[in-house]
Amino acid sequence: MHEAITHTAVAVSYLWLIPALPALGVLVNLSLGALLGKGAVGFIAPGTVAGGFGVALYCLVQILQLPPGSALEQTLWPWISAGNLQVDIAFRVDALSAVMICVVTGVGFLIHIYSVGYMHDDPSYARYFIYLNLFTCAMLILVLADNLPLLFVGWEGVGLCSYLLIGFWFDKEANASAGKKAFVVNRVGDAGFLLGTFLLFWSLGVGTHSLSFQDIAAHAKSIPLDTVTLITLLLFVGATGKSAQLPLYVWLPDAMAGPTPVSALIHAATMVTAGVYMIARLNFLFVLAPATLTVVATIGALTALFAASIGLMQNDIKKVLAYSTVSQLGYMFLGVGVGAFSAGVFHLMTHAFFKGLLFLGSGSVIHGMHGEQDMRRMGGLRTYMPTTYRTFLIGTLAIAGVPGLAGFFSKDLILAHAFSSSPVLWLVGLCAAGMTAFYMFRLVFMTFWGECRADEHTKHHIHESPATMTVPLVLLAVLSIVGGYVGLPEMWAWGNRFDAFLAPVFAAAQGGEHHMEMGLEYALMAASVGVAVGGIALAYVLYVARPELPGQIADQAAGAYDLISNKYYVDELYDAVLVQPALKLSNLLWRVVDVGIVDGIVNGSARVVGASSSFWRRWQTGNVEHYAVSMLFGAVLILVFFAWHSS
Amino acid sequence: MLYRMINPPEISWIAILPVLLLSATAMLTMVADLWTDGPDREGLGWIGLVGLMATAIAAVALWNTKLTSFAGAVVVDRYGLFFTLLFCVAAGLTLLMSMSYLEQTDIRTGDYYSLILFSTVGMVVMATAADLIVVFLGLEVMSIAAYALAGIWRSQVRSNEAALKYFLLGAFATGFLLFGIALLYGVAGTTTLTGIAQTASGATAEQRTLLIAGMALMIVGFGFKVAAVPFHAWAPDVYEGAPTSVTALMAVGVKSAAFAAFARIFMHTLAVMSPDWSAVLWVLAVLTMTVGNVTALLQRNIKRMLAYSSIAHAGYLLVGMVAGGELGGSAILFYLLAYTLMTLGAFSVVIALGRRGQPNENLEDYAGAGFRSPFLGMAMSIFMLSLAGIPPFGGFVGKFYIFSAAVKSGYIGLTVIGVMNSLISVYYYVGVLVRMYMTDGGVEITQPSSRPYLFATLVVAVAGTIALGLFPSTLFEVARQSFLALG
Repeated sequence: MHEAITHTAVAVSYLWLIPALPALGVLVNLSLGALLGKGAVGFIAPGTVAGGFGVALYCLVQILQLPPGSALEQTLWPWISAGNLQVDIAFRVDALSAVMICVVTGVGFLIHIYSVGYMHDDPSYARYFIYLNLFTCAMLILVLADNLPLLFVGWEGVGLCSYLLIGFWFDKEANASAGKKAFVVNRVGDAGFLLGTFLLFWSLGVGTHSLSFQDIAAHAKSIPLDTVTLITLLLFVGATGKSAQLPLYVWLPDAMAGPTPVSALIHAATMVTAGVYMIARLNFLFVLAPATLTVVATIGALTALFAASIGLMQNDIKKVLAYSTVSQLGYMFLGVGVGAFSAGVFHLMTHAFFKGLLFLGSGSVIHGMHGEQDMRRMGGLRTYMPTTYRTFLIGTLAIAGVPGLAGFFSKDLILAHAFSSSPVLWLVGLCAAGMTAFYMFRLVFMTFWGECRADEHTKHHIHESPATMTVPLVLLAVLSIVGGYVGLPEMWAWGNRFDAFLAPVFAAAQGGEHHMEMGLEYALMAASVGVAVGGIALAYVLYVARPELPGQIADQAAGAYDLISNKYYVDELYDAVLVQPALKLSNLLWRVVDVGIVDGIVNGSARVVGASSSFWRRWQTGNVEHYAVSMLFGAVLILVFFAWHSS
Repeated sequence: MLYRMINPPEISWIAILPVLLLSATAMLTMVADLWTDGPDREGLGWIGLVGLMATAIAAVALWNTKLTSFAGAVVVDRYGLFFTLLFCVAAGLTLLMSMSYLEQTDIRTGDYYSLILFSTVGMVVMATAADLIVVFLGLEVMSIAAYALAGIWRSQVRSNEAALKYFLLGAFATGFLLFGIALLYGVAGTTTLTGIAQTASGATAEQRTLLIAGMALMIVGFGFKVAAVPFHAWAPDVYEGAPTSVTALMAVGVKSAAFAAFARIFMHTLAVMSPDWSAVLWVLAVLTMTVGNVTALLQRNIKRMLAYSSIAHAGYLLVGMVAGGELGGSAILFYLLAYTLMTLGAFSVVIALGRRGQPNENLEDYAGAGFRSPFLGMAMSIFMLSLAGIPPFGGFVGKFYIFSAAVKSGYIGLTVIGVMNSLISVYYYVGVLVRMYMTDGGVEITQPSSRPYLFATLVVAVAGTIALGLFPSTLFEVARQSFLALG
């Protein structure tokens, strides 16, 4: 039904402005930030993002007016040209990119505004906004890029900014090591991404290639199945790193060490969705590898369930939201994995609204509570912080999948597609949905309901946040409600406009449309609503009606309770399986080759390399004779190798 | 009478104009030194800069020609001219940073400037040599000046030690190279590259054996100069001990010159033997990248870290040689330029952080430097990210070219190892950023804007590193034409 779509591109000259504006903010604040003072910095940084948002909206309007399947293009200059490789610095806005740039700049702008209030007393105010603008610029390059190498520019850029912002308050040891963990885990993902790119380039065959997405799409069908499966799997490894999926999710909960608006922008609304975006962008490649898609969907569903179950028992307000983010990202991967690319992107968008809202709301709570993050010392905040409470409740209803709010439509769409692909995946997703409703309402009840459990001094100072913080909350709350109405179920009112808008981008993926019986669709919907209400009710019983129950349950099912509240001991498992053996190996090598010059210290997962590193340091005795002998040794080896190789 | 028996070769003076200008400048600085009083000898640096500028202009003027001189022993083609220009940039930036650096050392001798220029003369000779004897001549001119430079800070014990080590091991390595040259001469009956190429293309089994032995020994000699594992052991000690500006010149100039001759001889003259030598270089590349990167992780002295980093980069360049072909060759040329700019930049930052009697070369000294001098912090961040191969800087594009060439030539395994290595390297490069932006403490910093020469060096290196990352295609085309000029 999409054969008639023509892919026309309109050359325009203003796309560069979108990433350039935040980049300008970086330059101005970097060079003049110290002179300008907080007022100007806090005006310039959000202002440039607002400018980007303006251009992004203009692009969206243009795309909507052009015939379906059209795109805006701007080639700035030829970038890498070598032999039959011809990569340009080029931006392209089609329906998918238009959605992404609007989300990144729109939500990004609100979070910048919020940060003006939240970071007001921080001594490193200018540095914070430089990083934040730099991040926005890199994220925009990522979603605007017309080709894979340029996408990688953004990919690395957002990773670097994320790293710098996790460790923003570096005076705390834990923050620095959280940054390091994020960094090392993301390296694993990046290796997959880079190798996938090179393998793709290698397998595209003869002829000049630009590695642009159209170029890849045009030649993808000629790649053998095994190769395409390997390429997509490698790229997916990159996605699991960036988007915190099993087994590389471990960095995201620790990343909450950064300032809360950063958690909202980078570790919820935008950067962590880059993996989903990348797969959606390369949908034509992934549909050629059904095995990879099965892996994607399975990992997604498992991550959704796994992370949701950890979320059940966390007591740190940001940790709950962090595991929730991992879980919701799992939904998105489940969506794209079952071929429902537009549903995955739809959830990406609604999630940006409500999770951005929830994180900012938690930031408002933490701000009001003077840095307190433990929900066991909160409670009763709805009387102290009414705006925060109301907006937070809307976000919670949205993520829990209560009908009428954004999360309901997008989550339901994914689950419906999952059902037609595999009822097992659907069931896993459904369980996770029930857990989501439970842990989110547990959070609301523990934080905003009941008696305040804070000490008298803190209680005395609890206050509602200033307008720069509450206005973004209200706007995001509105979006968390209305954002879902662009993608209603097919049988309602105007149906799924969002899907129709994105359809041309995913034309390759929509060979067989799933047309579900209306009765079945309503049944699935009822099941979703049922588990959501069930989860909420259970949370109400346990944390409002009979608050003594959770303790009793914990006593009776101590084993399971320990397992989950300790996050399934995954960090410990990684420590035991990866870090400790590496340490042992390192120690062993140490003792075997030790000549008494032990002074190298490398920590964490770098121990493996550290061990061999110290081996090579031994080589470095400083003694000229040793060096000469080693050269002689090398010369002999080369001669022997030649003799062996040439014979 | 004897002079009647010797046929004087025809000499094209135009062809050797760059070398002549450079040699004249070097001698001029020596003479001018006699008339320079007081500790300040920046004037000599200026003479050197003007001379390098003239040399570069001469090289550009010769761009569209292909001249030979000394009966074909010297060939001035685009390949040689590309490297001539590269050495002008490297030596120019080295002089520029030295003019600030020498203030914080006890080096008060004018010979410093002439030695840098003489070393550069050797490099140019190596890059334009079409005869193994001339290659050797250039290598020795370059190296002897470099030995002297390594030890020129006479009051520093580690400078003396560096010079002696470099000299002893360098002499040892030169022996291997000379032996290799002798073997090739034995096979071909000539030391000209064209003659050797002819012999190689129609070599009998016996000749092949000798050629292979000769190649093996030459690999040792060049491997030493480019600091490839296992001939790298000198580099960390010498890099650490030598005055920082000299280290910078060794890391970029000496390495590039060695690669110029190495690539000309192996990728062009001995191209028919590439199935033999590429297997050896494959192993050397893997060893060099891996040992360089892994050992760099543990370094806590920034000069040692950069030494291992430069070893690792020699490994990436060897990947380009293994990949071979037009793409591999042009990638090497491009990579050397990007490497030159970012490495010189990094060493300039090392100098900028140092003060008189206080070298500040430990990584701890970089704590908080990003806040105390935002410009230095930004510059160092760009150099480190570029060295790590993170876009959008020159180092990324260079690696992209090198690995694309390897992939196109079917060396998938080598590419995987290379990519893994560059990911390991990110750890220690970004470690410097972490020190600068995520820790407190550190040392007092003289703002670079108060040291105009150093500031200029940094600005050029930053601008070049960014430009090569954003607009690489023009320079890659130049590199491609240069490599194709080999014929």
